[in-house]
Amino acid sequence: MKHEWPLWEVFIRGQHGLNHRHVGSLHAPDAEMALKNARDVYTRRNEGVSIWVVEAQHITASSPSEKGPLYEPSESKVYRHPTFFDIPDEAGHM
Amino acid sequence: MTDQTALFEYLLRLGDNTLVLGHRVSEWCGHAPVLEEDIALANTALDLIGQTQMWLGLAGEVEGAGRSADDLAMLRDVWDFRNLLLVEQPNGDFGQTLMRQCLFDAFHFELLTGLTHASDDRIAAIAAKALKEVTYHLDRSSETVIGLGDGTEESHRRMQAALDLLWPYVGEMFTPDAVDDAMHAAGIAPDLIAMRARYDARLKTILSEATLTKPDSSYAQSGGKTGFRHTEHLGHMLTQMQWLQRAYPGATW
Amino acid sequence: MYAQMVTSEATQDDPQKLAQFQARIDAGEKIEPKEWMPEGYRKTLIRQIGQHAHSEIVGQLPEGNWITRAPTLERKAILLAKVQDEAGHGLYLYCAAETLGVSRDELTEMLLDGRMKYSSIFNYPTLTWADMGAVGWLVDGAAIMNQVPLQRTSYGPYSRAMVRICKEESFHQRQGYHIMMKMAQGTEAQKKMAQDALNRFWYPSLMMFGPSDKDSVHSAQSMKWKIKMNTNDELRQKFVDQTVPQAEFLGLTVPDKTLRWNDEKGGYDFAEPDWSEFFEVIKGNGPCNTERLAARNKAWDDGAWVRDGLMAHAAKKRAAKLAAE
Repeated sequence: MKHEWPLWEVFIRGQHGLNHRHVGSLHAPDAEMALKNARDVYTRRNEGVSIWVVEAQHITASSPSEKGPLYEPSESKVYRHPTFFDIPDEAGHM
Repeated sequence: MTDQTALFEYLLRLGDNTLVLGHRVSEWCGHAPVLEEDIALANTALDLIGQTQMWLGLAGEVEGAGRSADDLAMLRDVWDFRNLLLVEQPNGDFGQTLMRQCLFDAFHFELLTGLTHASDDRIAAIAAKALKEVTYHLDRSSETVIGLGDGTEESHRRMQAALDLLWPYVGEMFTPDAVDDAMHAAGIAPDLIAMRARYDARLKTILSEATLTKPDSSYAQSGGKTGFRHTEHLGHMLTQMQWLQRAYPGATW
Repeated sequence: MYAQMVTSEATQDDPQKLAQFQARIDAGEKIEPKEWMPEGYRKTLIRQIGQHAHSEIVGQLPEGNWITRAPTLERKAILLAKVQDEAGHGLYLYCAAETLGVSRDELTEMLLDGRMKYSSIFNYPTLTWADMGAVGWLVDGAAIMNQVPLQRTSYGPYSRAMVRICKEESFHQRQGYHIMMKMAQGTEAQKKMAQDALNRFWYPSLMMFGPSDKDSVHSAQSMKWKIKMNTNDELRQKFVDQTVPQAEFLGLTVPDKTLRWNDEKGGYDFAEPDWSEFFEVIKGNGPCNTERLAARNKAWDDGAWVRDGLMAHAAKKRAAKLAAE
């Protein structure tokens, strides 16, 4: 009989004001225990102020084979970046 | 009994509880049922060792005989230990360890909550720090007791056996003696009788969710916190814990 | 090292895909879990990361042996925190291996029935408190030699696990050396313990890097894939060069009469460990192989009802929640 605890992905907010960041994974029987385990495993050195856990099987990921169509088109949209625009120094800080 | 003597005795009780239980829990390191539990148990043990340093450090200060927390931990014999009998009980299986933890945590939580209002600032400050740690210990141990009690037939059976085995050691926590009375009168320790009611209410909820039955007997073993009569287990623990300090007196490590 | 003697798997993939894959690695790109990778790369990584994880877990035991006998409360806390870190490192590494399509339970079972190995070093006993110093100083010191470069390994999850591990490990070697300093400056008995620990752990530490692999095809393949970053001999030399002055500072004698500085190569000449002993330990004949595996098996077997019990409770809770909706 196989009873391996499911895998959970752990996201931690390191400091107030920052986004939660993926820090790793762990196993737990349910969400409540996953949160506790995340606290015990991933915040031993004072690393967090908030934790999210999500069961790994519920994450939908983009496919690596679609890397080209998904991400390359934005490479040419250089005008989205402020450095695209040359503004004379005389105009002051902008 | 002078107030200073009572205070010293009382601080030994606090420090010896965390010392002995921290030691017991640390015995699991590397042997737990799953890595996540191994890591969690070590966190609990580390908290308890840290609390020991504070309580026994203060005890040594109050005593005024120049003994450090380490001296008190490593150089007293069984009859000088003031911990509850519950915490010196062997680990048994994981269920027994978690049941012992939960029974103690629920007491420890009420005790520290009371101590945060102690008239002695040093005690109130240590209690406030420890309470944060113990709030989590209780949360985790009660959830695990519930999970295992309400798990499989086997886990239920083992948890009930653990409860039956450890139940006789619950009463000692709440039976006041002269030291407890003196500390309560001095505005330091909370009232144990009032604590018992809150403890029972909490335990009732936990055990009901865990589908476990509280044993009928109200018989309580005693002799730990007074040091009158410990169980045989404590001496064996000390032979390990104190070995280096006893074998190489005066060395620094 | 923690992944001694990992042989790389032959790979029979489309040559064009292989070339593209190699080009990505050469360009310093990280390979991520769901991306195409040669079967040999995947299998070699599972074996290497798995063995590394097992080494962390079995590595808890020799030091765990002294937690209940630590001489002071502070030493007890430090040692416990360190051994706990090893459990954490095992956990991170198992998770990295899991991204390659193998479960932690599968890996665990392969450790328990002997299909997978762990580092030879953990089959040596810890006999005195000075061994806690020697293990931290020498064993963790040797491990760090290998782990620091592995932060740059090509497989993303492995690399990230190593970054986290290296950050946490940084106190391990220092706490070991700190113990050694106390012992070396202590009583006669303590000095004797310190020297004795160095005598027993010196050669087993040198063995951690594995036998010379400068002519090994497996190593060459792994280095090409950037899952092995240096040869065993390079790391061993670096370790000796770093450690000998530290031993001198302690006033301890490295148990190698041939040890001497070689100006020409800018490093020490030193004696090779007894490789026949190493192969015996790997085969299962080390001083503690039986105890170590028995301890892991016991923890696993005794814990089965706990894992099953909590899982059953979680299922009941889920069902009750569904029924309530």
